[in-house]
Amino acid sequence: MISLDVFYLLVGLLFAATAVMNLRDRSNPRRVGTALFWGLYALVYLAGERLPPLLAGLLMLAMALIAGFNLVRPGQPQAVPEEVRRASAERLGHRLLLPALAIPVVTMLGSTLLKDVRIDLRGWVGPLLDPKNLTLVSMGCGAIVAFALACRVTRATPLQGVREARRLIDAMGWAVVLPHMLAVLGLLFAEAGVGKAVAHVTTSYIPMDSRLVACAAFCVGMALFTVVMGNGFAAFPVIAGGIGIPVLVGVYHANPAVMAAIGMFSAYCGTLMTPMAANFNVVPAALLELPDKNAVIKAQLPTALPLLGVNIVLLYFLL
Amino acid sequence: MHTAVNLWPLLGIAVVVAGFLLRAHPVLVVVAACAITGLAAAFPVTHILESLGSAFIKTRNLPLILLLPLAAIGLLERAGLKEHAQASIAKIRSATTGRLLTVYLFVRELAAAFGLTSLGGHPNMVRPLIAPMAEAAAEARVGRLPEALRHRIRAMSAATDNVGLFFGEDVFVAFGAIVLMQTILRAEGLEVDPLHMALWGIPTAVSAFVIHAWNLRRLDRRILREAVNDTGLRQ
Repeated sequence: MISLDVFYLLVGLLFAATAVMNLRDRSNPRRVGTALFWGLYALVYLAGERLPPLLAGLLMLAMALIAGFNLVRPGQPQAVPEEVRRASAERLGHRLLLPALAIPVVTMLGSTLLKDVRIDLRGWVGPLLDPKNLTLVSMGCGAIVAFALACRVTRATPLQGVREARRLIDAMGWAVVLPHMLAVLGLLFAEAGVGKAVAHVTTSYIPMDSRLVACAAFCVGMALFTVVMGNGFAAFPVIAGGIGIPVLVGVYHANPAVMAAIGMFSAYCGTLMTPMAANFNVVPAALLELPDKNAVIKAQLPTALPLLGVNIVLLYFLL
Repeated sequence: MHTAVNLWPLLGIAVVVAGFLLRAHPVLVVVAACAITGLAAAFPVTHILESLGSAFIKTRNLPLILLLPLAAIGLLERAGLKEHAQASIAKIRSATTGRLLTVYLFVRELAAAFGLTSLGGHPNMVRPLIAPMAEAAAEARVGRLPEALRHRIRAMSAATDNVGLFFGEDVFVAFGAIVLMQTILRAEGLEVDPLHMALWGIPTAVSAFVIHAWNLRRLDRRILREAVNDTGLRQ
């Protein structure tokens, strides 16, 4: 069975390679700190569950301190000049698109057609792809197919591919681990009962005696809570349980389907506005080499805010 | 009746808000918030570290979506994928940045509504294809772009991917959010048909498309305006 462990191993090796290449790169002004950062992250993937929790916690703390004191920097790998890339683009043409499209195509095939395929390996019978992580495993296979095709189309060695991956990881820097660390914070919030405390505060201090105020409090509450937690899935149970079900359904007899659908979309308006949703908002800014880390959020505000207003109006009339 | 609720862990949220407002390093903000939240909930220090550690290991599947395509995309970029995308879009005379991104928004949202969320994404679509094409479409119309405008176009490309994904996928019946909502409402004694929740999402999904497409039109107008100012200054 192809499970996530295969991809954890690959990513661990990729980070280890990033660490070694940075350590040997004299053009990187902070090569030791950078190598240490990626080396520790490699350990998280290579050792995985074998790492004792206390050690893993200390490791996360060490990584955060290395990144927080700006010791993670990119090297200056020699880039291919633009004229060479332009000539290569003209020569290869649409063939360049093939590997890029392989990722979504293989992901789709894997999560639909190959879903129930079972294999028999010398007596070991089981599903081909890990059913618990079907989409992610399919995407991983897609990435491997794309990598093989890319090597073929561009006539590059796999080692060159690792160098290019290092270049992109270097360019993003610490932004790579931010979503991961935010997910950890989310789990800790849940363990410490932050959700309960917020629900208590919002439901105790907002007067719900007008229908419009109740609708607005519900939608804005969803969005604000998502801004804080970075994830609509964390906000939905709290605000639906605190305002949606007791007030909108209980007092104003709302259709629960309308309440749920518009509530979740209000939470998504919050996702568009927060650096806490780092994988959607902060990582792309790093990936597109934007100097302002909040540039994507700023581009999304003129869509998110009017849409939140539309949600309040829709909820008021469809209730 | 509410006396059992401990409000101290809210300090963790305060740390996050203050940290982002003061523009402190995000990674340090997150770790500080972890420490304050744990201490406010009266966890011992070793317990906080163990919680962080096991959560860090458990959630290491998250960065995979970002990391796995990098080697292939990096190789293609080196071989001129961006340049190819830019040359292709520059040949289409009617293409503007706003129109191109509106088409992408439409395709992305519709595909997500049919459950095809992997058609898109920042590492494998936006960085190598969509953002370079959006820049090239503007350059084909007005020539060299001021740096700030170039960055705005890139940010809008990323924003378009997010808007299309978020407001498309929730209209798909088998999506995780719909299942989550059904489970939560059931626990509260409300039985709701997933199909109804998906259908009642459609008005918002359409509004999201209209509002964002309008913002993309505004981007087109801004590109023309700034290009005129730019040439005006040079003369």
